[in-house]
Amino acid sequence: MATATASMNNNKSVLWDWLTTVDHKKLAVLYLIAGTLFFVKAGVMALFMRIQLMSAENDFLTGQTFNEFITMHGTIMLFLAATPLIFAFMNFVIPLQIGARDVAFPFVNALGFWIFFFGGLLVSVSWFFGGAPDAGWTAYVPLSSGEYADLGLDFYVLGLQISGIGTLVSAINFIVTIINMRAPGMTMMRMPLFCWTGLVTSILIVFAFTPLAAGLALLMLDRIFGGQFFVPDSGGNAVLWQHIFWIFGHPEVYILVLPAFGIISEVIPAFSKKRLFGYTAMVFATLIIAFLSFMVWVHHMFTVGIGPITNSVFAIATMAIGIPTGIKIFNWLFTMWGGKLTFNTAMLCASSFVPTFVLGGVTGVMLAMVPIDYLYHDTYFVVAHFHYIVVGGIVLGLLAGTYYWYPKMFGHKLNEKLGILMFWLFYIGFHLTFFIQHILGLIGMPRRVFTYLDGQGMETMNLVSTIGAFLMGAGVVVLVINIVYSAFTSERVAVRDPWDARTLEWSTTTPVPEYNFAQTPQVRSLDPWFYEKIHGDGLMKSAEPMDEIHMPNGSILPFMIGLGLFIWGFGMIMLNMENPIMPPAIVIGVGFVVTFGSMLVRSIKEDHGYHIPLDKVKKIEKEVS
Amino acid sequence: MSDSVDVSKGLPSNPEKATLEGKNKFLGFWVFLGGETIMFATFFGTFLGLKEGTAAGPTADELFSLPLVFIMTMLLLTSSLTSVLAMFSMKKNNFKNMMILTAITVVLGLGFLGFEIYEFYEYLHHGLGYTTSAFASSFYTLVGLHGAHVVFGLSWFITLMIRYSRTGGITLTNAPKFYLASLYWHFIDVVWVFIFTVVYLMSIGGA
Amino acid sequence: MKGRIGLWRFLPLSAMFFLLAGCGEDKLTALDPYGPQAEWILDNMILSLYVMALVIIVVFTLFFIAVIKFRKKEGDEEIPKQVEGSKTLELTWTIIPVFLLAILAVPTIAGTYNMAEEAPEAAGSSGEEGESAEGEDGEENGEEVEEEDAAIVIDVTGHQFWWQFDYPEGFSAGNEVYIPTGEKVWFNLTASDVIHSFWVPALGGKIDTIPGVENSMWLEANEPGVYKGKCAELCGPSHALMDFKVVAMEPDEYEVWAKEMSGEQESSAEESEGGGATEESQEEDTQDSTMSDGRQAFEDQGCIGCHAVEGQGTGQGPSLSNFADREKIANVIDVSDENLEAWIRDPESFKQGNNMPAFPDMNDEDMDAIIDYLNSLSVEDELE
Repeated sequence: MATATASMNNNKSVLWDWLTTVDHKKLAVLYLIAGTLFFVKAGVMALFMRIQLMSAENDFLTGQTFNEFITMHGTIMLFLAATPLIFAFMNFVIPLQIGARDVAFPFVNALGFWIFFFGGLLVSVSWFFGGAPDAGWTAYVPLSSGEYADLGLDFYVLGLQISGIGTLVSAINFIVTIINMRAPGMTMMRMPLFCWTGLVTSILIVFAFTPLAAGLALLMLDRIFGGQFFVPDSGGNAVLWQHIFWIFGHPEVYILVLPAFGIISEVIPAFSKKRLFGYTAMVFATLIIAFLSFMVWVHHMFTVGIGPITNSVFAIATMAIGIPTGIKIFNWLFTMWGGKLTFNTAMLCASSFVPTFVLGGVTGVMLAMVPIDYLYHDTYFVVAHFHYIVVGGIVLGLLAGTYYWYPKMFGHKLNEKLGILMFWLFYIGFHLTFFIQHILGLIGMPRRVFTYLDGQGMETMNLVSTIGAFLMGAGVVVLVINIVYSAFTSERVAVRDPWDARTLEWSTTTPVPEYNFAQTPQVRSLDPWFYEKIHGDGLMKSAEPMDEIHMPNGSILPFMIGLGLFIWGFGMIMLNMENPIMPPAIVIGVGFVVTFGSMLVRSIKEDHGYHIPLDKVKKIEKEVS
Repeated sequence: MSDSVDVSKGLPSNPEKATLEGKNKFLGFWVFLGGETIMFATFFGTFLGLKEGTAAGPTADELFSLPLVFIMTMLLLTSSLTSVLAMFSMKKNNFKNMMILTAITVVLGLGFLGFEIYEFYEYLHHGLGYTTSAFASSFYTLVGLHGAHVVFGLSWFITLMIRYSRTGGITLTNAPKFYLASLYWHFIDVVWVFIFTVVYLMSIGGA
Repeated sequence: MKGRIGLWRFLPLSAMFFLLAGCGEDKLTALDPYGPQAEWILDNMILSLYVMALVIIVVFTLFFIAVIKFRKKEGDEEIPKQVEGSKTLELTWTIIPVFLLAILAVPTIAGTYNMAEEAPEAAGSSGEEGESAEGEDGEENGEEVEEEDAAIVIDVTGHQFWWQFDYPEGFSAGNEVYIPTGEKVWFNLTASDVIHSFWVPALGGKIDTIPGVENSMWLEANEPGVYKGKCAELCGPSHALMDFKVVAMEPDEYEVWAKEMSGEQESSAEESEGGGATEESQEEDTQDSTMSDGRQAFEDQGCIGCHAVEGQGTGQGPSLSNFADREKIANVIDVSDENLEAWIRDPESFKQGNNMPAFPDMNDEDMDAIIDYLNSLSVEDELE
């Protein structure tokens, strides 16, 4: 209380405010911006690759550049675009949906963002130091080892290591938030499905990103300090990397797709005016998928030659995932069944997700058939399959989430006409690009090839695929135009609940005050907001009297820790440079001091936050409502 | 919400979990340890996969000396015990005892660390460099990572002791911090038990 | 609107027929199989497509009915019935997929074990193996083993960016592997540098070649022909150009070919030992002078340091023993003297990241001699 209102009155610049914020809603916006920038960057790379593959024996890109593009496209899309975009929604929505004032550790939340951001930056600057990583996003050794890959791989290893730490601490934060910070009456089985998937995803991150961290550490030790983990001549094993990578890599798919499932499970009920069909089954299906996701990693390695017993076991486990996924698909269908559907952009994206995801899912089951996977493996069939999952699944989910939560986040809706145009451009483009790639794989086009020879019957299909990619690109351009256009022309949303939705985030005023809820709400049912609209007086009952509200102080330390790790990581990479500008030890030392110095400051300087006094809370509440 | 706990009648029985902040830290830390477990498991897996890969370098049989490792184990186990006792003192609101027991923990931990450095130094002289073989790399990485955890745990204890030596009492703010440091120390201890079994006993006994 | 997707689903089936009709000389596509393994794969893929089509039809039908029938009508503000779920329905869509998956699981496991079959050689007595090892010394012994039931086992080594095929008879081929039709041929696969993957779509599945690991697989071709193979694992800048060819011949033809290949080796071995000229070289007396010039240049320029010819030289680069039989130079360039010269002068411009040094300043005399020499290295010619 002694430090009361200190940061309320400061009039520092907007920039400073964003650099030091620990507010989950502002961090969500930061995640959204960072994720979108990375998404656009990796998307442009994809377009370059499609131009290269447009015709046979094209020489738009060299093999080396092409390999750098595939690596960066995959790495950025998964680690630096999809993950932060999902975190953006988790950050913004989860505390609101469970009726909390903020996440459990607001400081750690900011820390997670900045570490992620600087890690991503480290991967990205590789272009300026002799080229990006070029061994694919999977970075199989020995191709990624010191002998066969240049400095780019060091940026990959250290950048991902750092951004992984950020992702990990954010995940821990979400787990604690969801378990400890729920409003009174919000039992686990009353939580919206997005919170459930957020929780499960966070748990997966904790158990999947740590093996990745270990694996990346091994690769780093091999590359920089002469470790022998992956060198067969010294007793090492090249296949070990693949095991470690896929123990992480397979759950990673579910880390990204489960929150997308969550978004769909929010949007479809909202625009069907119906509660989610089979809520309990949905929750358990999510848990089963998460559990199984750790049991199937070998299906990425069927052609490694591990033996028929292992391959069979993992094939069956992989097929088993089809069952809980099927449950989800049918539950969504039956949520729509008998409802009153409104088709705006959010609902278009969410509903079309269902059949699209089925197409990706069935090829997934087909890939699980080991002997036939010997054909599919590492061909364009696989490329098509996982793009059906990540674009047709995750990206459609994210788009639905964007249109759905946009009014709550920014106080105005996105333009519907442009939205629908975007949807159709993107959706048609998506199918044009990827459907045909199934066939390309079957007629003998391996994945990750920078060109193909004339006369193999691949020209037309590749051209079609490229045209589709440009349609998708056009869709994204329309989205960007929409964001700018709507910011200037859309009218402010004055109501709490522009969609007539069901969950708690719509019970707060728009824009959401920094403390979210003036009074913690009392939850009486699943879909609490809908319940109060029907059975109550249209507003949430409160669980506590209106009082002063305790808030955390902003801090620049998360930014500093991220920066310190960036400097440290760069110093480590300099160890492998032929002519570093200065001794790497100095850079490593500086990074180390900045990071641990900031941590020390944090641990020694007690920060009890501040309180918003009661009259001020009342004033804000009056203003917004 | 941290001020919702009434401390006028003395500390509650579990000062580390009395506030929501304390509870959050407690849970968050357990989750973190879950992640750490998986990370160590990966390194254990790596070691098990590569321990036969000695190439031309020395093998585990030729190097490991059980008596030395036994002393190290005893040191670390005892330090874990003193750490438990420190937490008992915390719950009894005996600040001084807690500080003394924590100090003993730190001394024992430093002893462990000394032996570990000596051990690595010896192996180095027997021709087991980091780059000698896959076995060497995986051994040094696994045991070295554990050593790094010991160093971090010790720095944590020392920082806390310096930071709160002037406070002179247990509060709802520092109780969770001491508790978590102690939890971390136990974790390090458990990992060592596995290292002792998997790395040392199994390498000598097996094969 | 979304009907488009539904129809697209059947594109692969229809596309299959188009592709069956229009395939070129080099057989590539897996949709037109030429061996029992590839046929099995295609048959079971179609089986899985039928099962999946069932799932897709059900989902799409429900989806379109829902989307069309349950649209909100203008002005209808009534709140629909809030259904919690349905035990019966939920059990149905949990149990039916289990059966569908079981249908797929059975061939999956059967096929997995079938394709993991080891070379029968292992089943035979170890004495036979010892004999074949000795047999490499004497011609008669080698032949004898080949005629017996011991299968042909070819050692495959993946390199950046070419394939090395070592035959049990002791000779080596680069980028083009010859096999007899109508029998299973086994491959033992490994890699010398990074991971590659050995894939002949028209004959069967693929398997990775991994440094430090030896994998095994079999392929069988039903009829003679040239089947295109690909590297399917990213292996560096020229990964896309790491093709190879499987040339399947009638068994008796293959035997002659193999004999020629190993025969060449012996004749040249004799030559280098200062022995008398063999019949073959006498036949080629007319060209003898250029040939020896070319051979000289081949050695002077250091080519032989990496490329084996006539059984001599190391295996650092592809063996050129049957260079003139190839359909492409380095698997990417059309065969012509100009292209060959361009390749020798600057291989990097054709295959980025490959390990062959450039010879930009080689004198024209040596160049011409080497080209002539390489063009004379044919085994197939001698079969006719």
